[in-house]
Amino acid sequence: MTTPDHVDERVAPMEQRVDAIQALLDERGLKASEAVEELSRLAQEEWLPRNGARVVAKAWVDPAFRARLLADGRLAVAELGLAMPKHHRRLVVLENTPKIHNVICCTLCSCTAFTLIGLPPDWYKDLDYRARIVRESRTVLREMGLDLPADIELRVWDTTADTRYLVLPTQPAETIGWSEERLAGLVSRDALIGVARL
Amino acid sequence: MDGIHDLGGKQGFGTVRYTLDAPAFHAAWEVRANSLYAHAVRLGLFNMDEYRHAIERMDARHYLSASYYERSLTSLASLCVEKGLVTREELEQRAQGRFPLAAESAPGRTNLPGRERFAPGDRVRVRADYVAGHVRMPGYIRGKAGVVVSESPRYPFPDAHAHGVPADDEPTYDVRFRSEDLWPHSSDTALVHVGVFQSYLERID
Repeated sequence: MTTPDHVDERVAPMEQRVDAIQALLDERGLKASEAVEELSRLAQEEWLPRNGARVVAKAWVDPAFRARLLADGRLAVAELGLAMPKHHRRLVVLENTPKIHNVICCTLCSCTAFTLIGLPPDWYKDLDYRARIVRESRTVLREMGLDLPADIELRVWDTTADTRYLVLPTQPAETIGWSEERLAGLVSRDALIGVARL
Repeated sequence: MDGIHDLGGKQGFGTVRYTLDAPAFHAAWEVRANSLYAHAVRLGLFNMDEYRHAIERMDARHYLSASYYERSLTSLASLCVEKGLVTREELEQRAQGRFPLAAESAPGRTNLPGRERFAPGDRVRVRADYVAGHVRMPGYIRGKAGVVVSESPRYPFPDAHAHGVPADDEPTYDVRFRSEDLWPHSSDTALVHVGVFQSYLERID
C-alpha cells in the first residue's frame, strides 16, 4: 500500500494477486478458472443497461405493465425474462415526473440492480460520488451535466440494504408513438441511475 | 463499525470523475477479480455481508488508495484465509510479494429486542447505536428522524449475518429523511431515502 509517508514496494502487483488466489482456488478443486469464464461473459455480455432500457420502453408503451412494474418490480421484469440475483429480494422502480427527479447511489459500497443497469460505472463506485451525492445532490448533478430547475423535487435513494432501485425516466414528448424497440435505444444507463434525464 | 467506507456526507471530496459511457472495468484482471468473488459467494464460501464487512475491515489508508476491484479482491483473499481455505503465506508466495489483507473482525450482534412493525407514514428515529462489527446504518442517519415510505421482504440481518451469529431475518424500511434534518444549514435541499433495518429503528410518538 502506498501513502505519501510510506511506500511499500514489496506489495505484489494486482495481476499477480489475482493469479495467486485463482490458482489456489483451482488447486482446492473449486473450479475457479471455469467460473471466471462463465461469470466474465455474464458481466460483459448479459448484465447490460439494455435490460433496464427494455423495461423502461415497455413501461412507456404499456400502461398495465407500468402499473405492475411500479407495484412489484421484481415480478414485472421477470415477465420480460430478466432475472435478478436471489438476494435482491425486491426491486423498487422510481418514477420520474416533470416535478420529481430520482437518483440512486450506494454510500457504503457499490450496490446496484446490476443485472438490469449493468455493473456500475467507475464513478458510481468512486469515493467522490458516494460521499457527496446524498448531501450535495443538486450541485453534484449539475457538475455531472444535469442542471435541474429549482422547482423539481429531488429524491436520492441510498442502497443500504438488498432492495434494489431502478429509475423510470419520463418519456420525451417527441417520442410518443415510437416502437418499443426504438424507445429502448433512447434509454441510457445514466438515465436508469438518475444522473441524466432524457 | 464507523469505518472509512461510510462515506455519505463526508466533506473534502472533489468533483465526480464522470464520463459518458464510463466503463465498469479498466483492466482484464478486474473482470477476473469480480468473477472470482461472485463465484465464491455462489459456492457459499461466504455471504454478501461477510464480503462487504471484509472490505470495511481493510486498513483505512489501504481502502482509500485501493481501486474498487482491489478492495473486492482483498475481501475475497481475506475471507479465504479466515475460513482456512488458503494461508497468507501461500498467497504471498504465489503472488511474489506482499498481499495486504483485512484486519480481524470484531464480534457481531443479533437482532435488537423490541422490534416494531412500521407502516408507511409512521415517524421513526434511527437508534443512536455504535456497533463494533458490521452494520448497514450509514453514520449520517444515526439518531435522525424520518418517515417510513415502504416495507421490504425480510432479509438476513447484516450485523449477525456477517459474523455467523444466529438471528431472524427482518424487513428493511425505506425511510425518507430531509437533507435539512441530516445536515442542518449544510446541504442541498433533497429528500434522502435510506433502506433501514427494523432493528435500527424506533417509533416516534
